[in-house]
Amino acid sequence: MSWETVIGLEIHAQLATRSKIFSGASTAFGAEPNTQACAVDLGLPGVLPVVNAGVVSMAVRFALATDAFITKRSQFARKNYFYPDLPKGYQISQMALPIVGEGSVTVTLPDESEKQINITRAHLEEDAGKSVHDLFDERTGIDLNRAGTPLLEIVSEPDMRSAVEAVAYARHIHALVRYIDICDGNMQEGSFRCDANVSVRPSGQAEFGTRAEIKNLNSFRFLERAIDFEVERQIDRLESGHSVVQETRLYDADKDETRSMRSKEEANDYRYFPDPDLPPLVIDEAFISDVKAAMPELPKARSARFVNDFKLTPADANTVVSDRATADYFEAVIKGQKFPAKLAANWITGELSGRLNKDNLAIADASVGPERLSLLLTRIEDGTISGKIAKQVFEDMWSGKDSADDIIEKKGLKQITDTSAIEAMIDEVIAANPSQVAEYQAGKEKLLSFFVGAVMKASKGKANPGQLNQILRDKLKSG
Amino acid sequence: MLANGDCSSTELTEHYLERIARLDKDLNTMISVNSDDAISGARACDERRAAGENSPLLGVPMVHKDIFCVDGGKTTCGSRMLETFHAPYSATVVNKLNGAGMVMLGKANMDEFAMGSSNENSYFGAVKNPWQRDCVPGGSSGGSAALVAARLAPVATGTDTGGSIRQPAAFCGLTGIKPTYGRVSRYGMIAFASSLDQAGPLAVTAEDCAMVLQAMAGSDERDSTCSNQPVPDYSKSLGDSIDGLKIGVPEEYFSDGLDDGVASAVRSALAEYEKLGAKLVSVSLPNQGLCIPAYYVVAPAEASSNLSRFDGVRFGYRCDNPADLEDLYTRSRGEGFGAEVKRRIMIGTYALSAGYYDAYYLKAQQVRRLISDDFDKAFADVDVVAGPTTPTPAFKTGAKTDDPVAMYLNDLYTVSANLCGLPAISMPCGEVDGLPVGLQLTGQHFDEARLLHAAHRYQQVTDWHQRMPAGLE
Repeated sequence: MSWETVIGLEIHAQLATRSKIFSGASTAFGAEPNTQACAVDLGLPGVLPVVNAGVVSMAVRFALATDAFITKRSQFARKNYFYPDLPKGYQISQMALPIVGEGSVTVTLPDESEKQINITRAHLEEDAGKSVHDLFDERTGIDLNRAGTPLLEIVSEPDMRSAVEAVAYARHIHALVRYIDICDGNMQEGSFRCDANVSVRPSGQAEFGTRAEIKNLNSFRFLERAIDFEVERQIDRLESGHSVVQETRLYDADKDETRSMRSKEEANDYRYFPDPDLPPLVIDEAFISDVKAAMPELPKARSARFVNDFKLTPADANTVVSDRATADYFEAVIKGQKFPAKLAANWITGELSGRLNKDNLAIADASVGPERLSLLLTRIEDGTISGKIAKQVFEDMWSGKDSADDIIEKKGLKQITDTSAIEAMIDEVIAANPSQVAEYQAGKEKLLSFFVGAVMKASKGKANPGQLNQILRDKLKSG
Repeated sequence: MLANGDCSSTELTEHYLERIARLDKDLNTMISVNSDDAISGARACDERRAAGENSPLLGVPMVHKDIFCVDGGKTTCGSRMLETFHAPYSATVVNKLNGAGMVMLGKANMDEFAMGSSNENSYFGAVKNPWQRDCVPGGSSGGSAALVAARLAPVATGTDTGGSIRQPAAFCGLTGIKPTYGRVSRYGMIAFASSLDQAGPLAVTAEDCAMVLQAMAGSDERDSTCSNQPVPDYSKSLGDSIDGLKIGVPEEYFSDGLDDGVASAVRSALAEYEKLGAKLVSVSLPNQGLCIPAYYVVAPAEASSNLSRFDGVRFGYRCDNPADLEDLYTRSRGEGFGAEVKRRIMIGTYALSAGYYDAYYLKAQQVRRLISDDFDKAFADVDVVAGPTTPTPAFKTGAKTDDPVAMYLNDLYTVSANLCGLPAISMPCGEVDGLPVGLQLTGQHFDEARLLHAAHRYQQVTDWHQRMPAGLE
């Protein structure tokens, strides 16, 4: 029997506010335990939550970016359960009336095809603290720095049919939330994490199979492997005559397997009810249009503009816009310049990106900024240096502060375009290699590259390749 | 007295502290007394007055119900759970009254977590009614009411979730006002039922209540449910005529459960209002009978969630030697909370459970809407609605402790104001067998000024509010 996989994702994106969702305490990562938790975060008696206006505009930004319904009167609700790192004994979340309703995104899959993934809802909630099990013997510590950190929980429809699609969707959302500046996307620090709802059904069956929810997947690789493992596990069970149990499972990256955490029967009754401490969250048209006005251009529109205005190929445009800082860098490089935008795109996705990866840097921290790169590309375009020499110049620029022109000047890298100088070098090479000349003239034209290489070497790479080729051919023919 | 220099704040404070020291051993109205801080606070007020400051509350002693967090002292909420709890912040109400120059003598006894109508649910012992010591003072602000009645302070703060200011005010012969929901900040006031809780003053006269409420009321950026509506001057027109005031009298308030003596005291008070030029209009509140059931779903439901933070993990009572996490929770809460609190947590948890939510919590919220609609209709014709504050005067200590439902029926006339967020005031209007009787006026949202005005006019022509319990010289 053939099986179809059905996947829905719940993504928790930590909103990039400086203070918490319901208090003024800082959200900075990595502080000493319990130094960033105020009375409100600790849930001390008598304290009250007050909504951080920043999270509301971020949620609206997400809604606008996913063509989603914006709930004009959304409501916070309490999710009640006891856990030591949950200070109030309830989490403030949204249940019946989430701030963001139905929306969708169109995801590009690895084979370049596109698929629309629908989003059921996205709601605001506070994060819990952290239980620390490895600090004290036989005791558990609690760090409440994270308690009250704002999260946007983005719930997809069960629209994905493979781990590959799930990863493509997760990556798409990951890029999007960074693009619109609502989440730093740092998965190691837990700013972006996924829960996957996975089920299988016989191909062609309309009803969904019983699902398992895999919690807290904090890398795309784990997401993919957890789903693959889980799908195989469920199919094995079904094919061996067992059923799949509705339960919550954990992915163990070391063993590369998922295992049961709690079944449906053990699940909490969260006793959701509207939080009486927080009046309905009212959003008016004026607020929405303010958020809209401050929205950055979204990747899709930007990519289309790059194809249209700068004649990039769609593939190049998509690569450049996949990250907002990269797209900004690209636009800064080509601004007012004469070289083709394609040259800039190639350099940014090739040389620059390689260098950034090597040094583990973000593009904003690149040692070669857009203006410096721009000058380098201008020197390629106007024939001062070849592309190959440019790579050498780029390396020097990266490790210092000199401009491309300074380096070309200092190191004498200027391309040789003087015909007589090139001719002289060619003559020397021809004179020194009579047998190869004879072979070439006898029809072994492949030897051309040997001569090009030899002349190029003699010129220390600076001979203009076009001129070199032309003159060399002429001389070999006539000689 | 302070303003014209008849006495200093220090003398006044010493006077009340002396009375507390002498009389409160028996009455048990206070959980903590801060003599030293009070005296030094009073001295500072005297200096401010000497320097020319002349605000009406400057140097006036008062007591806070022990539900308001006060930075630097204990805040117990009448519970073993918080027996040793020190809040690192003060409630907005506390800050505001401090700012107005009031001198805090200490913290008043109360029913545990404000759950009760008799003050018998305090971990720190029952409070006696100064009028008859074998009677309860009412609750949950029973300590606040009893201490003002015994003249241990001129004014005290209370909180009112279903009648907890007005019912003890009625039982102890005082004036007490529960403001409109959102009029006074709830920040730093330990929550019982967040959609119903409001703070207000208890004092001898409506005039005193007006001055203290003036200082308590107003917006607070730390409480999202607190209103930004400007606070009017409550004292300004207290003495104006009430000629033409339309008082609605719901027949539902004079039904079976009402004590005859209370009924006739209330009827006489209404007759007094007619003499003052008010017009009595018969109104109907057809859903009055649903108030108690709706209240006893909504309030426990919210309480069950609000009290989840008392888990023995971060603050408050923690059981000895917990075996594991489950044991820590079970015993800390089992040992830290009293019986009534546990009962309400269980009722509330049940009402919010999957499968019961629609039938209980949601239904109760719908009933709340119906009750509100009744009041809206009545207020189309009248300015205030009048009736008894409680069905009976104060009852004997222990009389209802075994019958929670009988106890809950004390709130028969008071819970509707909380369910609808309306302001309501109780004032003394008679006596039955030597025990005070309260008259309740309920007003429209943010119409506290009219309630205080009406109460003050009544108090200008009657002396019920000036009567004092005997034997407290």
